[in-house]
Amino acid sequence: MSNASSNIPDDITKTEKAAIKVAEPAQQDRREAAALEEGKTVGIPFCENPKFQLRNVEVSYGDTPAIRNISLDIARNEVIAFIGPSGCGKSTFLRCLNRMNDSIESCSVRGSLLLDGEDIYDPRRDVVELRARVGMVFQKPNPFPKSIYDNVAYGPRIHGLANRKSDLDDIVEGSLRKAGLWEEVKDRLDATATGMSGGQQQRLCIARAIAVSPEVILMDEPCSALDPIATAKVEELIAEMSESYTIVIVTHSMQQAARVSHRTAYFHLGHLVEVNETNRLFTAPEHELTESYITGRFG
Amino acid sequence: MNNPTSQAELVRRSLKRRYRKERRFRLYGMIAVAIALLSLLILFADIIQKGHTGFLKTTITLDVELDGELMYLTDPTDRDEMAMADFTAPILAALKAQFPDVEGRAAERELSRLVGTYAASDLRDLLRAEPGLLGTTQTLEFLAHDTVSVYVKHADNPRYTVRLSDQQKQWVDELQARGVIDTSFNDVLFQNGDSREPANAGILGAIVGSMLTMLVTLVLSFPVGVAAAIYLEEFAPRNRLTDFIEVNINNLAAVPSIIFGLLGLAVFIGAFGMPRSVPVVGGLVLALMTVPTIIISSRAAIKSVPPSIREAAEGIGASRMQVVLHHVLPLAMPGMLTGSIIVMAQALGETAPLLLIGMVAFIVDIPDGLFDAATVLPVQIYLWASSAEQGFIELASAGIMVLLTFMISMNALAIWLRKRLERRW
Amino acid sequence: MQTANLLPLVLILAAVAFWLSFQRSRAVAAPLGGVRHLKALPTHYAARAALWSAIPGLVLLGLWAGFEGKVIHSIVMASLPEGMAPDSAGQASLLFTQISNVARGSLNPDLAPEAVVQAAALLENLREQSRVFKTVLVILVTVLGAAFAWFRVAPHVNARNSVETTLRRIFFVCAAVAVLTTMGIVFSVIFETIRFFGRVPITEFLFGTSWSPQTALRPDQVGADGAFGVIPLFTGTLLISVIALLVAVPTGLLSAIYLSEYAGKRARSVIKPLLELLAGIPTVVYGFFAALTVAPFIRDLAESIGLTASSQSALAAGLVMGIMIIPFVSSLSDDVINAVPQSLRDGSLALGATQSETMKKVIFPAALPGIMGGILLAASRAIGETMIVVMAAGLAANLTANPLESVTTVTVQIATLLVGDQEFNSAKTLSAFALGMLLFIVTLILNVIALKVVRKYREQYE
Repeated sequence: MSNASSNIPDDITKTEKAAIKVAEPAQQDRREAAALEEGKTVGIPFCENPKFQLRNVEVSYGDTPAIRNISLDIARNEVIAFIGPSGCGKSTFLRCLNRMNDSIESCSVRGSLLLDGEDIYDPRRDVVELRARVGMVFQKPNPFPKSIYDNVAYGPRIHGLANRKSDLDDIVEGSLRKAGLWEEVKDRLDATATGMSGGQQQRLCIARAIAVSPEVILMDEPCSALDPIATAKVEELIAEMSESYTIVIVTHSMQQAARVSHRTAYFHLGHLVEVNETNRLFTAPEHELTESYITGRFG
Repeated sequence: MNNPTSQAELVRRSLKRRYRKERRFRLYGMIAVAIALLSLLILFADIIQKGHTGFLKTTITLDVELDGELMYLTDPTDRDEMAMADFTAPILAALKAQFPDVEGRAAERELSRLVGTYAASDLRDLLRAEPGLLGTTQTLEFLAHDTVSVYVKHADNPRYTVRLSDQQKQWVDELQARGVIDTSFNDVLFQNGDSREPANAGILGAIVGSMLTMLVTLVLSFPVGVAAAIYLEEFAPRNRLTDFIEVNINNLAAVPSIIFGLLGLAVFIGAFGMPRSVPVVGGLVLALMTVPTIIISSRAAIKSVPPSIREAAEGIGASRMQVVLHHVLPLAMPGMLTGSIIVMAQALGETAPLLLIGMVAFIVDIPDGLFDAATVLPVQIYLWASSAEQGFIELASAGIMVLLTFMISMNALAIWLRKRLERRW
Repeated sequence: MQTANLLPLVLILAAVAFWLSFQRSRAVAAPLGGVRHLKALPTHYAARAALWSAIPGLVLLGLWAGFEGKVIHSIVMASLPEGMAPDSAGQASLLFTQISNVARGSLNPDLAPEAVVQAAALLENLREQSRVFKTVLVILVTVLGAAFAWFRVAPHVNARNSVETTLRRIFFVCAAVAVLTTMGIVFSVIFETIRFFGRVPITEFLFGTSWSPQTALRPDQVGADGAFGVIPLFTGTLLISVIALLVAVPTGLLSAIYLSEYAGKRARSVIKPLLELLAGIPTVVYGFFAALTVAPFIRDLAESIGLTASSQSALAAGLVMGIMIIPFVSSLSDDVINAVPQSLRDGSLALGATQSETMKKVIFPAALPGIMGGILLAASRAIGETMIVVMAAGLAANLTANPLESVTTVTVQIATLLVGDQEFNSAKTLSAFALGMLLFIVTLILNVIALKVVRKYREQYE
C-alpha cells in the first residue's frame, strides 16, 4: 500500500480509468451525447421498500469522474446485473455499496446511499459491520493462502459468530454446502486453498462470503477468470442463493446477465442509461444506447 | 444458526472488543515508529551536544616581546641557533606580564602551562618565516592548553574533569575577564591533520584522505558495476555460469565489510606488496565492496527501461550492443547515477575494512597523492573517540557532524537528481 | 615514467588511434562512394583501434604494477650474502625496510652495514631499470595494437562485430569481478587458516571455551600461544546479535506495518526518509554513540537499581546495533508486505475484517516466509557488524549470558588482532584469519538461505 497505484484494485485498472478519459471525445457521437445529457435513466430504476436506495450518486478518482449522478433502487432478494462496456463505472459503483472504495485515497463518493434506510457513507457508520452485512466476491478468486477450512472459518472467527468448535464446523459445512463445494472438498478441508482449481477457488470465495451470513452479496465479474463449466456451476449457485440473499452482479457477459438476473442495469460512461426487467432489456430495450450495446455495436 | 438478525447482533456485540484491538495494534505501530524516530533524535542531539564545542577554539592573545637575549638567539636564519633557542621564555614573560606577582619556578611552570604545547614551536615557525621580527614586540594569538580549553568550554559540565589547579583556574578566570583568553571559530579543525594535542588536531587530512579514497572507489566501481549490470541484464545467457555470478553478487552485497578488509590485507598488501595505509588500497577495497551494490541498483535502473524502446530500436536494425549503448544506457543512467551516489555515501562512512589495511595510522601531514599514507574521516573519528584526552571527544563529535553533513548532502543530491531526471513511463 | 603518468599516456595514445583509424576509414570509403560501402561505420573502425591499443597497454601496466614490487623484493633479498639472510619473515621485513630507507636516502648509508648499502644500490638500480622497461614496453604494445588495427581498416572487415564482441567480453569480465572477489576472499583466508590449524587443532578452536591469544615473550614460555577456543566469541556475538534483533525486529516490523497500512501519505513521506537516514548513518557514529552515551547511561541506570554493569556492556552494543538495523528490517518487511497481492487484502476487508485483523491473520501469515528471510539477513548483518562492537563491546572473552557484562565478538577480535603491528606467522595473527573464515562461512550460510527464501517468496506472488 505504499504508493497510490497499488491502492487501486485490480479490477479498476489504469487502463479502464484511461478509457473513461479517452472514450469521451473520441467515440461518442452527437446523438449519444444528447441522450446522456438528459441524465435520465429509462426503464424501472425504482421500487417499493428497497434494500438499497441510491440517489444522485457521483464518484470520482481525483479529478476524473467515474460515476455521474446515478439513482437506483435495489430490491430485497433480487438479483440485479450491471452490464456495460469497459470503463463504464459498473465496478466502481458496485464497490460503493460496501465502501470497498475507502482504501483508494483519491476516490470520493457523493450522493445518498442508503442500506435499509441507513446512510452507508455516514462517517459514524461502522465499515466492519457494513461489510459483514454486504459481502463481496471478486473478479479473480482470492483465497487466502491457508487451508480450505480456515478460509471459510475466517469470517465467522473474526466476527465471533461461533462460540464452540462444533458451531464453527457447522457454519463451514453449511457454507460449503451452499456453495456446492462440500462434496468435492469434505475429505481435504486441511489442504491449502491455493491448490484448488480456479472454479473451486471462486466457489470457495463465495462460501467464505456466505459464512458471515451477509444480507447482500456483491459479485464483481465472478466468472471472468473461469472456464465455461465452472461458470455454469457458479451461475447455478447464484440462482440458488437468490432465495436468501440480495445479489448484485457485475458482468461482461450479456448471456450471463440474462441467465441469472431479475433486473439488469446498463451503464455507459459513468451514466446509468437503462434499468429494466432482464427479459425486457434484452428483447425490447427502451434506450437506443442499450440497443446498440446488446446488438453489439460497441462493447 | 444462520439466522441473519442474530448474526448481525453478534457482529455488533463483538465490535467494541475488536476495535479496541485495532486501536491497540495501531498504537503498537505508532510506538515503533516513535522509538525509531526518537532514537534518531537522541543520536543527533547527543552528537550535537557533545560536538558543537569542537567547532570552537580557545585562544590566548599575548603581547610577546621577541627578545633575542631571552631566547639565546641572535640570528633566526641560523639553523643551529634556531635549534638550540628557547622559545618558551618570551611566552612565559608575556604571561608574567599579565600576572607580575607570580614568583618561583613551580608557579611559573603552572603559568606557562596555560598556553598549548605547540606555542613555542609556533613562535619558532614565525621567526623562521620572518627573521626581521626578532627584537620587536608582537601581539600573537596562541592556542590555549587542552586543560584550559576544557575549563573554559566545559566548566559546568559534570562529565568533564577540569585538570587545573585552583591557582590556574583563577588565572584563567582573570584572563577571560581581561579578554586575553577567548573562544572563536575553530579554523584549525579545517586546516590541520591529526595531532597529539586536541587543540592542534584537524580533520583536513582525513577529509582529503577520504576524497582520494572515494575517487579511487568511484573510478573503479562505477564503470565495472555498470558494465556488469549491462552484461547480466542484456547479454548474459541463461546458464549455470550466469546463475553462479548472480549468486555471488547477491551474497557479496551481504558479506560483512570487515571480510573485505581481510581480502585487502591478504591480497593487495600481502600478495601484491602494495603499501599500507594508502588511499589506493583503501579505494580498491571499498570498490570491491561497493561493486555488488552498484550492480544491483544499476540492474534495477536497466530493468525500468520499457521493452518497447528496445523493440523500437531493434526493429530498425540496431544491433543488440547499439540498442544498449544508444538507448538503454542513456535512459537508465539517471537511475544508475543516483544509486551509485547513495552507495558512495555509504562507502564514505565505512570504517572496519580500512582499519585492517592500516589506514588507522597516526598521520599528521595532509596526504598529497594516492600513494601517500592517509586516514579517512570515519577512521579519524574512531581514533579520536578512542583517545584518552577529553578534548578529542568533542573533536570526534565535530568530525561526525562533518561526516554526516557530507553524507546527507550526497543523499540529498541523489534525491534531487532523481526528482529532476526521473522519467515516468 | 611512473604508472600514474603512463596511464593517461596510454589513454591518449588510444584516443590518437581512434582518430587516425576514423580518418583512414573515411579515406578508404571515399573512392568506393562513401561510408555506406564499408562493412561498418567509421566509428566502429576507430573504436576497434582504440580498444586494441588501450587494452594490451592497460593489462601490461596492471600486471607490472601488481608484480613489480614482489619481483624486485625477492631479487634484492636473494642478493644478500649468506650471513645476512634473515631467519624469519619479521626480520626480513625489517631488513627490507632498512634497505629501502637507505635507497630512498632517509637513512644515512654510513650507519648501515655494507651489505645493506649494496642491496640498496641494487634496489635503486632495479627500480630504475623496471621503470624504463615498463615505459618502453607499454608504449610499444599500445602503438603496435593501434597500428595493427589501423592497417586492418578495410571495406570488407566488419569492425562492428569485433568491437561489439570485445565490449561484450569486457562486460563479462566486469560481471565476473564478483566471482573473482569471492575467490579472493576465500583464498585470502584459507591459507592462513590452514596454517593456523597446523598449530592449533581445529577441535580446540571450535570447541574450546577459553579465548586469550597471547604473544610469546620467550619461545619456551608455557602456554606461549595462548588459548584459542572460539566458543566465548561465538556466545558473545550471539548475545549482542540477539539483543539487536530483539530491538530491531519488532520495531522495524511494526513501523513497516504502520507506515504501509495506517500512516497517511504525508506522514509517510516524512517518516520514510528519516528512517532511511537512520540506515545511512555510518557505523562508526553508532559506535561512538554506544560507547560514550548509551554504555555509561546503562551502567549508571543499572547501578541506581543495585545491579552491577560493566562500562562496556553487551546490552549497550546490542541496543545501538538494534537501532541501526531497524530501517533494514522495516524496509525489507515493507517490500515483503507490499508484495502480498491487493486481492487478499480486499478479500479480507470485504468480509468485514478490520485492518489489524487483515494484517495479523491474512497478510502477515502470507508474508511470513519473506519476513523470515529479511530477519535472517538482518541477523547476518548483526553478526558481521564491526565498529559498534569494537568501540562499545569489550575485549575480554567472557562466557556469559548476562547482558550487563562485557563480552567480545568475532569481529572485535579480528579487528584488534590485525590492527597495528603484527607478527608474521604467529598463531595470534593467523587466528584472525581463521575467525574471518568462520565469520565468512556463517554469514554466507545465512545469506544463501535468506536470499533463497526471499526469492521463493517473491516468485510465489509474481
